[in-house]
Amino acid sequence: MQKLVEIVAGVTDGSLTATAVLEEHLGRIQARESEIHAFNLVTADQARETATKIDADVKAGKKVGALAGVPIALKDNMCTRGIETTCSSKILQGWKPPYDATVVTKLRQAGAVVVGKTNLDEFAMGSSTENSAFGPTKNPLDISRVPGGSSGGSAAAVSAGFAAASLGSDTGGSIRQPAALCGVVGVKPTYGTVSRYGLVAFASSLDQIGPFTSDVRDAATLLEVISGHDPMDSTSIPQAATSLVSVLEHGVKGMRIGRVTDLPEGCEPDVLARLEAAFDALRKAGATIVDVKLPSLQYCLTAYYLIAPAEASSNLARYDGVRYGNRVEAADLNAMYAATREAGFGEEVKRRIMLGTYALSAGYFDAYYGKALKVRRLISDDFARAYKDVDTILTPTSPSTAFKFGSKTDNPLAMYLCDVFTIPTNLAGHPAMSVPFGVGADSMPVGIQVLATTMGEQAMFKVAAELERAS
Amino acid sequence: MPEQISKETVVKVSRLARLSLSPDQAEKMTSQLAGMLEHFRDIDALDLSAVEPMTQPYPLKNVMREDVEMTSLDRQEVLDQAPAAESGRFRVPPTIGFDV
Amino acid sequence: MSDNAVLPNGWQLVVGLEVHVELATKTKMFSASANRFGDEPNTNIDPVTLGLPGALPVLNKHAVELAMRIGLALNCKVQPCTFHRKNYFYPDLPKAYQITQYDHPLNIDGFLMLPGEVRIGIERAHLEEDTGKSTHFGGTSGRIHGSDYSLIDFNRAGVPLVEIVSRPDIRTSEQARQYVAELRAILLVVGASDAKMEEGSMRCDVNVSVHKPGTPFGTRCEIKNVNSIRSVGRAIDYEARRQVDLIEGGGTVRQETRHWDDASGRTETLRTKEDADDYRYFLEPDLVPLVPEQSWVDQVRAALPVLPAARRNELAELCGIDKDGESAFVVVERGQDDYVRQVVGNGGDPRRSVIYVQQAFADQGAAPKVPAKDLAALTILERDAKVTSTQAKTLLTDLIEAGGGDVVAMAAKRGFEALDTGALEAMVDAAIAAEPGAWQKYCDGEEKALGALVGAIMKSSKGKADGKAVTTILQSKRKK
Repeated sequence: MQKLVEIVAGVTDGSLTATAVLEEHLGRIQARESEIHAFNLVTADQARETATKIDADVKAGKKVGALAGVPIALKDNMCTRGIETTCSSKILQGWKPPYDATVVTKLRQAGAVVVGKTNLDEFAMGSSTENSAFGPTKNPLDISRVPGGSSGGSAAAVSAGFAAASLGSDTGGSIRQPAALCGVVGVKPTYGTVSRYGLVAFASSLDQIGPFTSDVRDAATLLEVISGHDPMDSTSIPQAATSLVSVLEHGVKGMRIGRVTDLPEGCEPDVLARLEAAFDALRKAGATIVDVKLPSLQYCLTAYYLIAPAEASSNLARYDGVRYGNRVEAADLNAMYAATREAGFGEEVKRRIMLGTYALSAGYFDAYYGKALKVRRLISDDFARAYKDVDTILTPTSPSTAFKFGSKTDNPLAMYLCDVFTIPTNLAGHPAMSVPFGVGADSMPVGIQVLATTMGEQAMFKVAAELERAS
Repeated sequence: MPEQISKETVVKVSRLARLSLSPDQAEKMTSQLAGMLEHFRDIDALDLSAVEPMTQPYPLKNVMREDVEMTSLDRQEVLDQAPAAESGRFRVPPTIGFDV
Repeated sequence: MSDNAVLPNGWQLVVGLEVHVELATKTKMFSASANRFGDEPNTNIDPVTLGLPGALPVLNKHAVELAMRIGLALNCKVQPCTFHRKNYFYPDLPKAYQITQYDHPLNIDGFLMLPGEVRIGIERAHLEEDTGKSTHFGGTSGRIHGSDYSLIDFNRAGVPLVEIVSRPDIRTSEQARQYVAELRAILLVVGASDAKMEEGSMRCDVNVSVHKPGTPFGTRCEIKNVNSIRSVGRAIDYEARRQVDLIEGGGTVRQETRHWDDASGRTETLRTKEDADDYRYFLEPDLVPLVPEQSWVDQVRAALPVLPAARRNELAELCGIDKDGESAFVVVERGQDDYVRQVVGNGGDPRRSVIYVQQAFADQGAAPKVPAKDLAALTILERDAKVTSTQAKTLLTDLIEAGGGDVVAMAAKRGFEALDTGALEAMVDAAIAAEPGAWQKYCDGEEKALGALVGAIMKSSKGKADGKAVTTILQSKRKK
């Protein structure tokens, strides 16, 4: 399968056509999508139009963008004008937004070819895509296993070669965990790096968009395109995109890599073995491994599962059957609200709305939400101390490789534990990425997570590139 | 931390969230929430009295835009997506029962 | 004051006001669609206004500046502030939360002075966004309860508001009216709002309670739908009386929200405290703190115009009128005090200048078309009795119609001649001589006889004599 950078180079110099590249990908979708279910919608017709136009531009000698001809899949929680955007929820099924998300505009301007909208856990709440209202996505490497979540469709699309790259969103690990489980690269950038305008909100202070690609260079290339200040997002950092591709060959000589000595328990031994192998590889490449302590790490799950549902309970209140989406008719307004939301939301979404509403309600706010915000400060402070001594930190991305369907659906808490290594960076607002690094005992891929401090993407990509070279 | 969550509280919260739960669902929700909240008691062990809450990951301030008008969305395009519309407006059932 | 007389047995009224004001921006509080009243429904909408999934708010800088103007004009402290979400479901609230300011509002701790040096504290003046507009159909005449369905227009949703919360320092309905009137005058002069109560760009919620002085404040009721300054007074008087009657009848006042019905002149329960929603306020994660730079605050303060109270004082001093009177209030409210100053500067009679402007320039705005020197000339003609007050009124109408002109020539054209007092007295003497019977009756106290005498004088002067002046001369001659 071609890399993103190879497609751009080929389409730009005329040795490839966007149309041919697209058809190759559509062919793979045709062959395997029915068993994988990576997509909620394949936008083949629009994609062909876009590809034709890019080819015409190249022929006419016009300058084409940095992603010219790259087939890209979008998680179905990013608004696309006139194209259904569902969040894999019945409540939004059929909704065609009247506007494009900022990332979508940037992709179009860069000449990317959007091939479809990918499946996710409803409203990005989940770690397996089993919470999609439209059925789960299968892991392309073993269809009896989950692809991870919530951006499972986007991870599977890249893993199966349905798209050269895709975008996901990451609130507590929703890019990194499925990337690890599907054996691809997934990046959660620093909060504020990529505009959230047009990303359907789950938890506003945690959500970030990021890329899935088959290698580190492609991820750097795509992230450079979608990053940068957006005046439509008040939390967007007013800085130009960081140069990332330029640092990939720098190596890690002299870099200090953190090993967390008080990592939460519950990680599979084969996954931990890969982590040790990663430290060895970096040491061999000239890095120093430094022990760091993150004592508040163990409280992250609690802080996250109070903060994220609290914000979500407010963000998801707008699905009331009045302006868009689906409605269940009833005789009066409040009955309509309740019937609409009862029928429109799945179990997990309701559970989190309930949890979040409770955590914010009078009498409980201080005990739950207020405390969680303080724990958030603790973890942020822990990281700040650690990053005085190290440039990046390495952990497993997920405690296990891809698990079987149904193995965690009965126990919400067991599912929540999938995010134990990924959540802390969302709370801190830091960047982190997952790089495939060998396989576990079940021959399924293991992802190693590289963490860095705010705006520390360059250091993170240097280490990720080194791990990729060593794997 | 407060007492264990009761079914009455769950029902009250579901009303706040405009989610209708059947008695069975309320029962199940109560036990699931109670389980989670029990797990979340781990942070009770922390002394947080001197800790400032952290609400935003990146410390920005004074983000503002100029007062410049941009074109409205097309009304028809928007109303086409509405569950019910009439005379250029969104239509909703009457308000009875508990009012806000 | 007089209104307190309605409360018997020493009950004291306590009132606090929450006034919502729509800011005069071009666009909405957090998005770029138009803030414009009266447009076709749902034509000023954007993803943020409609609360579309994925839409994000961005604060309107001009709205902040207008809010600071209000705060500074009300002697508030402008401080670093944040935005919260107030969560509740209602069809005209698109996101199911309102973005508002909660524990850290932009403006705090100000005051407003009322006539008689009455100081009303301002607790806060904070920024928030307006809701859309529901119209109820079917059932009983557009009221929310019993309607068949509602239609929603989101043009107003997201319009920037400042909510100005007074302290419970108001003690009479008259003070409440004065407070609203004064606040409105300030809002207009600082250009923060068009403050039209009838269009809803200024809306009052009134908190009313009663107590006996020396005891804690009573339970308060909040009255909504008070849409004019007059209604503010009426609603308070009604509600105070209701509460006193309730308590004296052995009942207790419930904390509740009540609806003012202007037609019936009554308040009625809208919802009680027990139904109150739990708003689950929390910091709006899509916005960042607002920390106004001192230089910006200073700049806004420096650019504030002279406020109405100061302008009324100046005008009153210049023209010799009551600073708390109707003339001063009306002329300053219309922004015509500068014009009056010009008229006086052109030699106009100060008192007549302000009264002419108050009475005849209601629709002329801050810059009347009539040149100040022409109006000045007219006041002099009247002051010097070159024309009668009735003639002066006619000439004023002529002057306004013509947009100015030479009033002496206009008077001549109308045939208004100067009649000095000497000539008038001669005419009076002539009339007495010609009508001795009538004069005698008048002197005997028969007031009706005056008509015949005045009529004779008007006839001989061909209508140029001033009836009032003639009567005065006749009266003074009778006394002798």
